[in-house]
Amino acid sequence: MQPGGIEPVLVHDPEMGMTYIPHSPKERDEMLATVGVKKLEDLFTGVPAKLRFPKLDLPPALSEMEAAAELSEISLGNENIRTELVSFLGAGAYNHYIPAAVGHILQRGEYYTAYTPYQPEISQGTLQAIFEYQSLIAALTGMEVSNASHYDGATAVAEAVNMADAQWRGKRKKVILSPALQPQYRQTLRTYLQYSDMELVGDDPHADLNASTDQMEYLIDEMTALVIVQYPDFFGRVYDFSHLIEMAHGKGALVCVVANPTALGLLKTPGEMGADMVVGEAQPLGIPLSFGGPYLGYFATRKQFLHKMAGRLVGETVDNRGQRAYVLTLTAREQHIKRERATSNICTNQGLLTLAASVYLSLLGKKGFRQVAELCYQKAHYTASQISKIKGYSLCFDTPFFHEFSVCCPRPVAAINAHLIEHGFIGGYDLGQDYPSLKDHMLLAVTEMNTKDEIDALVEVLSEVPHD
Amino acid sequence: MTEPTLYELSSPGRAGVTVPASDVPLTELPASLLRKELPLPELSEADVVRHFVNMSKYNYSVDGGFYPLGSCTMKYNPKINEDVARLPGFAFTHPLQPVETVQGNLALMYRLEEWLQELSGFDAVSLQPAAGAHGELTGVLIMRAYHKSRGDTKRVKMLIPDSAHGTNPASSAMTGLTVVQIPSDPHGNVDLDALIATCDETVVGLMLTNPNTLGLFDEHVEAVIKAVHECGGLVYGDGANLNALLGILRPADVGFDLMHFNLHKTFSTPHGGGGPGSGPVGVKAHLADFLPAPLVGIIEKGDKENAPLYGFITPSKSIGRMKAFHGHFGMMVRAFTYIAMHGADGLRQIAEYAVLNANYLRVRLEGTYHIPYDRLCMHEFVAEGQWAEAPGIRALDVAKRLMDYDFHPPTNYFPLIVHEALMIEPTETENKTTLDAFAEALIKIAEEARTEPNLLKEAPHKTPFGRMDEVKAARELVLCCWIPEELEKFD
Repeated sequence: MQPGGIEPVLVHDPEMGMTYIPHSPKERDEMLATVGVKKLEDLFTGVPAKLRFPKLDLPPALSEMEAAAELSEISLGNENIRTELVSFLGAGAYNHYIPAAVGHILQRGEYYTAYTPYQPEISQGTLQAIFEYQSLIAALTGMEVSNASHYDGATAVAEAVNMADAQWRGKRKKVILSPALQPQYRQTLRTYLQYSDMELVGDDPHADLNASTDQMEYLIDEMTALVIVQYPDFFGRVYDFSHLIEMAHGKGALVCVVANPTALGLLKTPGEMGADMVVGEAQPLGIPLSFGGPYLGYFATRKQFLHKMAGRLVGETVDNRGQRAYVLTLTAREQHIKRERATSNICTNQGLLTLAASVYLSLLGKKGFRQVAELCYQKAHYTASQISKIKGYSLCFDTPFFHEFSVCCPRPVAAINAHLIEHGFIGGYDLGQDYPSLKDHMLLAVTEMNTKDEIDALVEVLSEVPHD
Repeated sequence: MTEPTLYELSSPGRAGVTVPASDVPLTELPASLLRKELPLPELSEADVVRHFVNMSKYNYSVDGGFYPLGSCTMKYNPKINEDVARLPGFAFTHPLQPVETVQGNLALMYRLEEWLQELSGFDAVSLQPAAGAHGELTGVLIMRAYHKSRGDTKRVKMLIPDSAHGTNPASSAMTGLTVVQIPSDPHGNVDLDALIATCDETVVGLMLTNPNTLGLFDEHVEAVIKAVHECGGLVYGDGANLNALLGILRPADVGFDLMHFNLHKTFSTPHGGGGPGSGPVGVKAHLADFLPAPLVGIIEKGDKENAPLYGFITPSKSIGRMKAFHGHFGMMVRAFTYIAMHGADGLRQIAEYAVLNANYLRVRLEGTYHIPYDRLCMHEFVAEGQWAEAPGIRALDVAKRLMDYDFHPPTNYFPLIVHEALMIEPTETENKTTLDAFAEALIKIAEEARTEPNLLKEAPHKTPFGRMDEVKAARELVLCCWIPEELEKFD
């Protein structure tokens, strides 16, 4: 450096702190002196010396600008279903419009950078939001109470079985599953219960899938702890389960209905049908598809089962100044208190996503949410009617449906979907993957996001699929 | 100060968003299948935004201040993480899209699996588990599957130190195992003699948090792991405290067979007021075949011109699926970004400064607060919130009084083996000015405990809400808003 010259700054300046670690070298040295060690390495003398400070083979650190560019580049390696592809795929995750205000509320640091509200005096925002979420879920499902969430729809179903097991205390061991319960949910249940003596029956993939709910009724007996059905079911069909539930209750069994929340904007509630538990995937309530997660498992039940329910619960109370306020309640069910005797191991849940669901439902409200449900219904029915006019295609079931339906195709679904993707469409779910009797059957979902032009274009491309 | 509920704010005829008209010919609705009422509130967009913004002001958050909650690693959450996770290419991809259309997502997951392997020493990683406890359940199922595959069916006991998180025993119990608690020795380590006396051919394994919940690195960790391995058991690492070990020690190198990571603690994804988390599980080669399905793998090798084709693969003896779809992808994007911005040296600095901050606070407080296991700690330490000279004052009172000084309290009453525990984890993202102010507040509170105990007993005073009537909440069980009658009608 020339005398009097100015030091260039485009080099690493050892006197500067790091991006997310604020200490200057001077502060670091003062703190080390207070602790009584000379250098940072000396803090780790308790770690076995031969293993200490491994050399990690990781790419060099990126600046924020470089990271933003890199992540943008990776994201462009996907074809998204907003601007690049038109999707008719559902099967457990649905493409809905998310009002702008949802994202803005979720990005408030006061919500997303807070922890679980264990200190209620300084967590009333989170607590009241969960209390309102519980209320909205109860209203939607027609049930008395909701907990503060599970990881997703599949794990919420697994917790429903755990709750039934706790309720029966080993006296009843049979769980009857509808074969029309989402296949990944059934797989998850089997993983959770592989060392349990609860027996899962009824979902033989070779079963007659046209037999509907009557087929399940004859399986219910005095050993049945729980019956699990899906509403609308995996094939999109809508059944009124009132009779099935009455029949199950007659034998003393509990019934869990796995319900799509958008459908509940229009359809009779499982609560009205007499369900004991209503659970499911609340991703359609304002949560982006985000390649499968994080989503939101909801869980609603009747008050009599509260003490056996897993998960957190918020209740209303007052503070010592007489103000209405909210706290986590009935915590003695939970792992941090009961340890191995807890109702579940769940700790972290989907807190922020309950906020998304609450904001979404508040924005749409009583009329708007019904309108979204009706739009889904209307567009799906239009699509189904147009597809069934194409030579070789027909609807598989004549049962009423909501926004998803099964189509019998003239060719393998994989071949049809390969043709569709060339024209910018993501076709439906290939039901033959899970149900041998549904080879060449496709499950299509239509939501308010699909315009008539898109639907007509899909129908046109389907009509052109070469018959070989 | 109370904010009305959504239902109290509701007024007939308001809507927060306009829904488009139908552009398709209408079909009749199935009358017998329709619901009778839809009791949702009616609010304008401004009503909704103000409601949730008003409520947010009642929350303490990392963005608002120091949150030294022990065992929770409440580090600062970089803003760039939030932006990249919301990129349309990530946010608007369906989990069941053809893999050819989501190669970006799959490449990111594959690289994140590799990075987590590299920094932990494990041979394979599943990103599927949704949170720490979900990772634990995955791990317990893998341990059981491993023994079962060897025809070793006698193993029914899980050993868990008394300092462990409550999720460890709960996760073990969920698969029907018997939990055997192992005591701690006077130095805060696992009591080695008690452990050895328990190790036999019925042991599935040991679930060990290291550094433990006292913030101490177990001085005999190698002997502890050896004892369990010698009786044929496996050693599971609870990765809740991994922040102290980044670039310092790879858990697999010291003998752990498997471990979960908490992306929401160590890798800066936000806690979200209780979630979502993300709890990937890493395993050594002998357990890789048991990982939950599916994993991200390369299904067609690449070459100089072409990138490899990523897809999903199912391990040969997989325990099965732990949830629907592939895990908390949005959290993976954030953690990936965080690791990419740190590199190897940056990760080591995270651990070094997290440990420096904890030790600095420990030294500043010793003398004022009793620190039961007073030696060099890792990323956190436990102090006692009680004094003989201040009878009647408990850790809870210290915690509540801290709120008046505008700090979030430390974790209290955990770990259970310390009386009146205050568990303090400052993390590496806090500066010396904040740490000094926090230490001074705690020292002042210790003085108040002796001179003006009611200041503590009645705290907090300056927060918008005071102490809660928890008994009333549990007795009355009001768990839902009151819903106005006019909302019951479906017009």
